[in-house]
Amino acid sequence: MTIAHDKIETSAMPNLNVEIALALLRWMDLSRAIEDKLHIMKRQGRLPGRLVTGRGQEAIPVGATLALASHDIVCPLHRDLGANLVKGLTPEEFIRSYLWKTGHPSEGRDSDVHIGDLRRGIYPMISHLPDSWPVALGFGMASRHLGLERATLAFCGDGATSTGAWHETLNMSGLFKTPNVWVIENNKYAYSTPLAKQYAAPSLASRAAGYGMPGVEVDGNDAVAVYEVVKDAVDRARAGAGPYLIEAHTMRVEGHAVHDNASYVPAALVEEWKARDPIKGLREQLRQAGVGAAQIEDIAAENRRCVDDAVARAEAASSPDPTRMEEEVYAPPEASGWVLPPRRITARDQS
Amino acid sequence: MAEEQQVTGWFDDGSADSPAAVEATTYLEAIRAALEDELAEDERVVLIGEDIGIMGGAFRVTEGLWQRFGDARVIDAPISEIAISGACIGMAISGMRPIAEFQFADFISCAYDQLVNEAAKLYFRFKCPVPIVMRAPSGGGVGAGPYHSQSPEAVFAHCPGLKVVCPGSVQDAYDLLRLAVADPNPVLYFEHKALYRSVKGTLQRRRPSGVLQRARIVRPGRDITLVSYAATLLRALEAADRLQREGISVEVLDLRCISPLDFATIAESVRRTARVVIAHEDTRTLGIGAEIAARLSEFCFYELDAPVARVTSPDTPIPAARSLEEAFLPSVEKIVAAVRDCVAQ
Repeated sequence: MTIAHDKIETSAMPNLNVEIALALLRWMDLSRAIEDKLHIMKRQGRLPGRLVTGRGQEAIPVGATLALASHDIVCPLHRDLGANLVKGLTPEEFIRSYLWKTGHPSEGRDSDVHIGDLRRGIYPMISHLPDSWPVALGFGMASRHLGLERATLAFCGDGATSTGAWHETLNMSGLFKTPNVWVIENNKYAYSTPLAKQYAAPSLASRAAGYGMPGVEVDGNDAVAVYEVVKDAVDRARAGAGPYLIEAHTMRVEGHAVHDNASYVPAALVEEWKARDPIKGLREQLRQAGVGAAQIEDIAAENRRCVDDAVARAEAASSPDPTRMEEEVYAPPEASGWVLPPRRITARDQS
Repeated sequence: MAEEQQVTGWFDDGSADSPAAVEATTYLEAIRAALEDELAEDERVVLIGEDIGIMGGAFRVTEGLWQRFGDARVIDAPISEIAISGACIGMAISGMRPIAEFQFADFISCAYDQLVNEAAKLYFRFKCPVPIVMRAPSGGGVGAGPYHSQSPEAVFAHCPGLKVVCPGSVQDAYDLLRLAVADPNPVLYFEHKALYRSVKGTLQRRRPSGVLQRARIVRPGRDITLVSYAATLLRALEAADRLQREGISVEVLDLRCISPLDFATIAESVRRTARVVIAHEDTRTLGIGAEIAARLSEFCFYELDAPVARVTSPDTPIPAARSLEEAFLPSVEKIVAAVRDCVAQ
């Protein structure tokens, strides 16, 4: 499928906010540093389960989530480590989750990318995609019902757009004008299935018209562009103007997971997108904006130190104790406390 | 099936605020009363479902509630069981108490992932309570065939993290629904459609005490324990009446909540009577009766004077034609025969 690039939002370079661009770089680079480290550990046999990465797609989860406030909710998927990090999940917690250790939100009840923390506004994913979308719709409906100034950002891949859950969610979101920002990470492949075998629509964003909401395409390898588009959509949602569908174009430059060599993907396509690496691109943008090379390199060095420390602590951590497992299936009668970040009531709903 | 009987707004007389007993209340009216009292007393409660607003639902259970509480509290949704269920989860985590209505329990399969893979596992995975109630009219006896008569409760009872309740009386229709709303876990509330207007009783309209998962002895007896729930419970009680005339004293136990299962109450009764028959409308293989029989053989084997017996529907889809459906459902005669056999051993 060809992409009409004239329709795609790219960042307005002359207005680059260096502070935001540096934050984007810091989180994207941290995400990659963690996944690169996990990749090495996998080859060394130090990782017990699977490894799924978002290499080359970091601009989307980081750019989009940086546009949120602390009380907003994000629903990341398996290539969205950056979204978790921006929302406050620590590298150590993430690595502990991968290593089946204690000391992370699910305490080994779930593992690897199935992570999140309701208290930080991160709704954890499950393997059925995009089953967090109907839940995200509920967050949006609750924001409206309770008068919360709260947007909910949810991610999915191009593959998930073929499910019934996706359609039902967007239809109802448009109908109820919920404050949701729906982001599709179009990375061109759902496991081995290319876009040409996934849908006939001219674009996924074009489907937005059918749900009565605006849709926009954005260069998903341009973190600043993603940030700007999502920021607008989030502000709009919080102001009561309803949902937004954003299709961010990127490419899965590795296999579905580390076991997959992705031999079914044309090598030229991978090379084309590797050349457009979002971290490399952002570093270049920063250099052009006058940020010194030393400052940029310091970010990378600091992130790698942080990841090495996190791995050392995570590997030394204890394994979960199965003793009380059967008592943790049902919430006790008194368990009805608020598990999300502090609420903020909108001025318009107080009046 | 969905009778066109006009139910007057008897609940508009202010009785929601008084503990007065309301006589000749139907099972359906008791459900509506519980919904109305929850809406009136707790602003966190919302109803969501298909056709539940101006029309009052396919069975008119929510009739009058939209008129009283409006669009924001009684939400008409498009035909989207996945989105309705998921939306309930998101609303519940946000501090609300959503109650969804499935038009028929048969359609709950459409929402399987949201209920079994999202709602049921969130507390175990992330200590996140999910206080949602999913109301679903289940069961046969009304000639509605394989897609409007199913009893899917055991499918969900098999899933750790869900609670599954099946009221079999007017008061329980009210009490179990209100206890379900108060519970911090996802609760599937299977209301038996054959009981909607066929059962009447006195309803005590006040906030119930206790917890959801308690079985109850509804008729004490000496010779045998008869375990049942929902519509089959009424047949079990009728069977017990008939057997009493033959000199067999039957203790009838209403499960009320099939998951978690109140095995302690079952075991206590069976240890006294030493004989047990389990009767339910759900099909035989891996119905809740199979689990009860297994636990009785594990924990009460030496106290039993006869093998555990089951009266269930056969392992077929529920058929439409009256002659077939009557053969399918566990009848009073089948229950009486099973009890006689068990007592004779």
